[in-house]
Amino acid sequence: MMIVAGQSQSAYFLEETSTVAETHTLSVLVDNEPGVLARVIGLFSGRGYNIESLTVSEVEHEKHLSRITVVTTGTPQVITQIMNQLGRLVPVHRVVNLTKMGEAIERELALVKVAGKGEHRVEALRLAQAFEARTVDATLESFVFELTGTPADIDRFVNLMTECGLVEVARTGLAALARGKMGM
Amino acid sequence: MTRQMTGAEMVIQALIDQGVDTIFGYPGGAVLPIYDEIFQQDKINHILVRHEQGAGHAAEGYARSTGKPGVVLVTSGPGATNMVTALTDALMDSIPMVCITGQVPTHLIGTDGFQECDTVGITRPCTKHNWLVQRIEDLPKILHEAFRIATTGRPGPVVVDIPKNIQFQTGTYANFKDQAQTQYKPRVKGDDTAIREAVALMAAAKKPVLYTGGGVVNAGPAASRLLRELVKLTNMPITSTLMGLGAYPASGPNWLGMLGMHGTYEANLAMHDCDVMVCIGARFDDRITGRIDAFSPTSKKIHIDIDPSSINKNVRVDIPIVGDVGYVLEDMIKVWKETQPVQDRAAMTAWWQQVSVWKAKKCLAYRKNADVIMPQYAVERLYQLTKGHDTYITTEVGQHQMWAAQYFGFEEPNRWMTSGGLGTMGYGLPAALGVQIAHPDALVIDIAGDASVQMNIQEMSTAIQYEAPIKVFILNNQYMGMVRQWQQLLHGNRLSHSYTEAMPDFVKLAEAYGAVGIKAERPDELDDAIEEMIRVKRPVIFDCRVANLANCFPMIPSGKAHNEMLLGDASDDEIDTAIGSSGKMLV
Ligand SMILES: Cc1ncc(C[n+]2csc(CCOP(=O)(O)OP(=O)(O)O)c2C)c(N)n1
Ligand SMILES: [Mg+2]
Repeated sequence: MMIVAGQSQSAYFLEETSTVAETHTLSVLVDNEPGVLARVIGLFSGRGYNIESLTVSEVEHEKHLSRITVVTTGTPQVITQIMNQLGRLVPVHRVVNLTKMGEAIERELALVKVAGKGEHRVEALRLAQAFEARTVDATLESFVFELTGTPADIDRFVNLMTECGLVEVARTGLAALARGKMGM
Repeated sequence: MTRQMTGAEMVIQALIDQGVDTIFGYPGGAVLPIYDEIFQQDKINHILVRHEQGAGHAAEGYARSTGKPGVVLVTSGPGATNMVTALTDALMDSIPMVCITGQVPTHLIGTDGFQECDTVGITRPCTKHNWLVQRIEDLPKILHEAFRIATTGRPGPVVVDIPKNIQFQTGTYANFKDQAQTQYKPRVKGDDTAIREAVALMAAAKKPVLYTGGGVVNAGPAASRLLRELVKLTNMPITSTLMGLGAYPASGPNWLGMLGMHGTYEANLAMHDCDVMVCIGARFDDRITGRIDAFSPTSKKIHIDIDPSSINKNVRVDIPIVGDVGYVLEDMIKVWKETQPVQDRAAMTAWWQQVSVWKAKKCLAYRKNADVIMPQYAVERLYQLTKGHDTYITTEVGQHQMWAAQYFGFEEPNRWMTSGGLGTMGYGLPAALGVQIAHPDALVIDIAGDASVQMNIQEMSTAIQYEAPIKVFILNNQYMGMVRQWQQLLHGNRLSHSYTEAMPDFVKLAEAYGAVGIKAERPDELDDAIEEMIRVKRPVIFDCRVANLANCFPMIPSGKAHNEMLLGDASDDEIDTAIGSSGKMLV
């Protein structure tokens, strides 16, 4: 048995468990029907699970299938529970833990607006080039950059931009797929 | 065969095609077209309740006593919101229920129209699935899929919300019964390797216990027969949760009684000390496990459940088997017979000896009283005097519910209806009504509390209307007894708002409804009064005045382990300090 005294498995005592929380990316294939996103989000909020990032979009038009990519944190037991609970939802076809399947490809897109003049403006442009960000809007006093990368890349870029007159950021949240030839 | 018909006609036709003979409901503006169809047919019997929550619990009672889905029809807005408690109750206890709600016409949705509410939004977390029907073309498929989802896999409630304009529209109807419209397909057959491993573990056990639950009842009568066969084959002691009572007979030689917070000493200690636990259709709820980190510390655990999310949720198990209890038990028995394992006879004898030592504690003993009816005695007498009758028992929630579970013996499944997961006061009376409608000639008794019974008392009127001779047997202790018990245990006996003041005269109340009122105040008049209640072929409210301050024991206080139970003879001092400060936080 895994149960150790003082290491409760109860929903009541979860805060006492010493098992560390991990971050996992789940890919969920669902029927693209009204309310499906509300079901998924309601499940997370209702059962007290975390959502770090969530994206959803139709991926197979004829079959009315959408893919929800959700990044969540929890102990391994909670992650399994989240997957099982998602599996109970009627419109859910499949739930895959991309983190468990090995290094998944994870990408996010960000739009980053900076404003400034002189040295700041030059530095912003230089950094954008270094990160291979695209300039999608420019005025004499501002830029909007488009950057695709891992969430960590984007974090780094946004952090640097705070020094160069960062105005605001929009991020898409994570899109992710498993490596290799197999689909889910 | 397809036919043109209106949405309202489709609803009735789908119910007929599903084999529904009874629905419970309450009319209103948004379901008038459906009520008009009901008026013009005679295949479906509509029971008019007095409150939508009553319809919900009646449908639950109907479902649990028949194995068929309960069907409810209510209007939009308040009709739908009044169903929320019953839907949640059915979800927690895995009761198949199809609830049809009316909705404002599609063009008014979102405008805060009269009696509009976001029914699918409100009921999303308290249903297994729900639908807002937006096109007449979808209606036949949704109606039939609703039944398939409610009744298969882990059963549960579903809601079909139908806007009024769709009820009027004409479309093509076809019978889609049992034809999957979504990819939903629960797994019923258990994994063969896991079943073989489980049998080997069970055969090698020295101190095994079977821990069964409502899943056995839900899997149908065949599952209960298989369970009895497995017990015979393995000679293992067996206990059950509140929801599973009757799957194995209380008179059976291997029966330990119910387990959990108010379970027997022998059942809880067998759970604590066992080396192999076989959990069959139960879910390691906190009322069962007590303090989870001290729960059955030395056992290997096998868990059979149709819902994968029940596995490893609260307790880690060694051999999970996802599947329908009936299928898995059948396979287990097959493997057991085929492998003919040799059990450790000496160890099993020693284990049974240990069990008899625990049994000798007589944990359900209580002090009898010649002047005051003890509530335990009332249930015992009710049980003895109803033996030989075709009896169904429902309960409300509180001490009386636990006493009913402890002192009434259930021999068959589907005879015991109680609100387990949600603990809904007000469940028992309408549930009894639903049971009685399904079994008109049976003796249907709601073992009630004086507080709970007032939560859906209005359904007495329904019982009168349909000549449903339900017996409401109130263990009247003049308190919300269970609340008072907890206040005594946890809050220095400060009885904040747990005294049921301004209690109605239940005999007069019965008479006001047109039912029969009976009252018993002394132990020596109890038997005659119960016999009279059984004889009367009309609805009865029985005001059984019982000892006001009796406590329900045994009890595992919140936050304590199975081997830290309080027994009936515990002194008052012990009771006052039984629950630690962390236990107080729990419910
Ligand atoms: C709808 C609802 N409200 C509140 C509670 C909390 N509660 C649990 S038992 C109980 C008291 C029940 O009193 P009574 O029906 O007289 O039964 P007794 O315990 O006295 O047998 C209460 C208030 C509940 N279970 N359900
Ligand atoms: Mg009471």
